[in-house]
Amino acid sequence: MQQNNLNKKDEYSGEEPVNETSVTTPTHSMDMSSIVKPAGDTKLADENICIDVDNFNLFYSGKQALKDISLKIPEKKVTAFIGPSGCGKSTLLRCFNRMNDLVDGVTTEGSITLDGKDIFDKNVNVADLRRRVGMVFQKPNPFPKSIYENVAYGLRIQGVNDRRTIDAVVEKSLKGAALWDEVKDRLDDLAMGLSGGQQQRLVIARAIAIEPEVILLDEPASALDPISTLKIEELIYELKDKFTIVIVTHNMQQAARVSDYTAYLYMGEMIEFNDTSTLFTNPAEKMTEDYITGRYG
Amino acid sequence: MSSNGIAKQHISKQFDDELENVRGKVLAMGGLVEQQLNNAMRSLIEGETALADTVIDSEVQVNTYEVTIDQECTKILARRQPAASDLRLVMAITKTITDLERIGDEAEKVAKMALELTEKHGPKSYYVGINAMGNLVSRMLHDSLDAFARMDSKQAVAVAGKEPESDDQYVAILRQLITYMMEDARNISGTLDAMWTARALERVGDHARNICENIIYLVEGKDVRHFSIEQMEQILSED
Repeated sequence: MQQNNLNKKDEYSGEEPVNETSVTTPTHSMDMSSIVKPAGDTKLADENICIDVDNFNLFYSGKQALKDISLKIPEKKVTAFIGPSGCGKSTLLRCFNRMNDLVDGVTTEGSITLDGKDIFDKNVNVADLRRRVGMVFQKPNPFPKSIYENVAYGLRIQGVNDRRTIDAVVEKSLKGAALWDEVKDRLDDLAMGLSGGQQQRLVIARAIAIEPEVILLDEPASALDPISTLKIEELIYELKDKFTIVIVTHNMQQAARVSDYTAYLYMGEMIEFNDTSTLFTNPAEKMTEDYITGRYG
Repeated sequence: MSSNGIAKQHISKQFDDELENVRGKVLAMGGLVEQQLNNAMRSLIEGETALADTVIDSEVQVNTYEVTIDQECTKILARRQPAASDLRLVMAITKTITDLERIGDEAEKVAKMALELTEKHGPKSYYVGINAMGNLVSRMLHDSLDAFARMDSKQAVAVAGKEPESDDQYVAILRQLITYMMEDARNISGTLDAMWTARALERVGDHARNICENIIYLVEGKDVRHFSIEQMEQILSED
């Protein structure tokens, strides 16, 4: 924690103009860190850990899909999983809110903890876990209801009925999902009338309305055009102030753009997990390098 | 599209910040190098050795800027896949900082020369020509950085157009220095130092011109290296 503070101080001093060295000041005494200030650089050792995956294995009817995965997902950062189809990245993502419980024949070994508590513990209420760990899928899946009711849905099933409370949450969530300005005059219109990109942001608004800790995004932009994609990416960047975000993407460049940390998975194994800048400029593993430079297979 | 540069914002605010950050660092580095050059010239003309020392000391800072800016450009290329004017900006920056770093090296040479010359025999009257040349290339550097800050390709052409002038001055100084050497062989050692100084300043002019060419590439998207000034002007008037 102390280290965190020190880093912040460094960043602050980096904001000061560096070209004001007066002629008479001996220049070697100048704080060099103000020049070398990394722009948004992050180091895993300094992070608070939100989800801790430890020696995790998963089998689909006896066939192993995840092998000895260990990684720590930092709090209020964007972590991306990349890898070829079938590498297990979506399977891993779906473990975080136990979506794999819904699949027959799935067995797991090892542990996944959220804020230090085992999510597979018998006492864990799965509905409560899924409230804390929200999820957004590849295809936008708004309910066949109005824009307003889509966002209000989570509150209503929690038993919130106060109109003013709901109004406030709907507005806040739509603003949080960068959709408010586009829909504020037609909240009662059907959600299906929105464009794909708007629907995806609506689904994100629905997810954040119940204030989860973690948002899982499974290929959130793969069905969208480039501009909508950039909007979603910018939204992800803004959301990480409040939420821990884990994103699965086929689009490596997207991972490079939006994430702070990236994990490369291959055939159910985690090959490399590193801060995104390092992973994309100087990966530690040859396999990662081959994949991100397009020499795979 | 070319003349309004990068005025419009990206959807990704963070990308804007990254580009702005690296651009700011280039300007800060440019300011530092400009200061180095001016201090080096002053130490030479006025015999102030303390100034020469600051020039030599700040070399480390310039190098740090170069390495840091290069790292950030690499990161932007890897993570943002910049296109069009953004790509040209990153390319222009990586080239410009090489020129700036070299200018810093030349300033350091001048500063070292200043120390030697002061120890030997104090300021000499034949520095008048070198002083004038120093002023010219220092102004070229200043104006090229200014053109970079404002993305002004017209000014870049105007600054590049001054480079032949610095070449002419260099030749004139050489001739003058040769006469001093012929007058008295005991002058040769000191005069050779002065000659190297003039040579360093001439190189500064070349690097300032390179920076201007980078700016024209950045703003207009046209590679004008190895073009004459007239060709550059023609390219600009075509738009």
